[in-house]
Amino acid sequence: MIQRLTAVRPYWAIFSARFRTLLQYRAAAVAGFGTQLFFGFVRVMVFEAFYRSSTAVQPMSFPEVVTYIWLGQAMLLIVMFRADTDVQAMIRSGTVAYELVRPTDLYALWYVRALAMQTGPLILRAVPMFIVAGLFLGLGAPPSLASGAMWVLATVGALALSSAIATLLTISLLWTISGEGISRIVPAAVFVFSGMIVPLPLWPDWAQPLLDFLPFRGMADVPFRIYMGHIPPHDAVFALAHQAAWTVALVALGRRLLARGTRRLVVQGG
Amino acid sequence: MLNGLRLYFRYAGISLRGQMQYRASFAMMALGNFLVTVIEFLGILALFSRFGSLREWALPEVALFYGMVSCAFATAEAVARGFDVFPGMVKSGEFDRVLVRPRSTTLQIAAQHLQLMRIGRFTQGLIILLWAASALDVAWSPATVLLLVAAVLGGACLFSGLLVLQATMAFWMTESLEIVNCLTYGGVETAQFPLSIYRPWFRRVFTFLVPLACINYFPAHAILARRDPLGSPALFQWLAPAIGVIFLLITLQIWKVGVRHYRSTGS
Repeated sequence: MIQRLTAVRPYWAIFSARFRTLLQYRAAAVAGFGTQLFFGFVRVMVFEAFYRSSTAVQPMSFPEVVTYIWLGQAMLLIVMFRADTDVQAMIRSGTVAYELVRPTDLYALWYVRALAMQTGPLILRAVPMFIVAGLFLGLGAPPSLASGAMWVLATVGALALSSAIATLLTISLLWTISGEGISRIVPAAVFVFSGMIVPLPLWPDWAQPLLDFLPFRGMADVPFRIYMGHIPPHDAVFALAHQAAWTVALVALGRRLLARGTRRLVVQGG
Repeated sequence: MLNGLRLYFRYAGISLRGQMQYRASFAMMALGNFLVTVIEFLGILALFSRFGSLREWALPEVALFYGMVSCAFATAEAVARGFDVFPGMVKSGEFDRVLVRPRSTTLQIAAQHLQLMRIGRFTQGLIILLWAASALDVAWSPATVLLLVAAVLGGACLFSGLLVLQATMAFWMTESLEIVNCLTYGGVETAQFPLSIYRPWFRRVFTFLVPLACINYFPAHAILARRDPLGSPALFQWLAPAIGVIFLLITLQIWKVGVRHYRSTGS
């Protein structure tokens, strides 16, 4: 047991160091909060207009959509990720060689960095949004304790999943260096197919099987619908399993790619 | 003036040649920029397939709004990108070098980087616009086409003005205000849909404070030959794009005030 703990210690140190660095950016968090509030307002008004245009019964009620939108604004940073800019600079300058000689597992190192990068700013932004949107803007509370508890689990799972994708983006830098193309397209795809723009239940029925299969819903749609009880707690188990399966698959893929990437990596001496 | 214009094209030409040195990277970035906006448009398609219409508006009409604002914003991002990196120039003191040259500061800042990759968003906006133009039941005449072009150009001026405004703030504060993104990116998001669907206070912000409606909502009504529920007269709808240009001129005056206030960091 003690040996196990010492093995985890370096990763924990990296996680907490990065986490604390990111908590320093409070001014950015304030500005980001204002921006998210604004976008939330626009979305709520647009959906209000759409709901007034049709009398047909929808898979989600308008108050549910409002909760979904504010959850999206609160948890926005889960899907706002990009390749690690520090690693990018290291690959450009060649100092990435130091990363390779460290007596730690490189994938775990980069994964933990991504995890810290996702978690720190998220907490800074989510807490004020929950307070403001919960008090004034129609963000409802979970219908039951079970839904709330499952939501916490789903959020942890969402962070694990999004960190796996962010790490994949970082690893792709070993091939593309600038990473400009992929690192723009993937976040945009995640943004849309996770439900951040349009809640996934409102997408056309024929698209549902595909959206259900893809990993993206695990980052937004799944936790949000668990929160509001749209996915009841006993069904949430399946959604969490789907999320975990994709995380494991993407971590495995990342490990393979990283092994191949480091084998062909050429660092010039000097 | 003519000399300044020639200089601008010299600058822009150099910037373009620089970007073309990395052809593959440029192609990836432009393609990425294109696909990102295509993916975003899927959301609008999904909403229309679910709800059928947005109040009294059908998909081709909303596509017209979307295409207009998308082309305008892409143009502004390509042309005025230099102002985006301006706060960094103040911090590093590089702006001093710009000041000692005997040419206008706006020209030098704007021309230092012509971001051609924005052609991705522009292409996507243009495709949507052309699709809307053919799907709409509108009798296109030279006058309406001209109004459409004027609205896009007016919009490019308006968004450029916002970028200038954001850069101007760097004279007084070291941190650039992310909050202006509400007006640029938020403005694009807002203007994708007809302004009449929003609440009154919100409409007023984007009519009087940032006259986004003048380069989008009002001229679109003239093009569609629809009666505006907000009651704007037809003549005003035809002239409204000019307000985008006026907005840019005003922000350039504020910029000049900022330049006069400039104190170098000394580095």
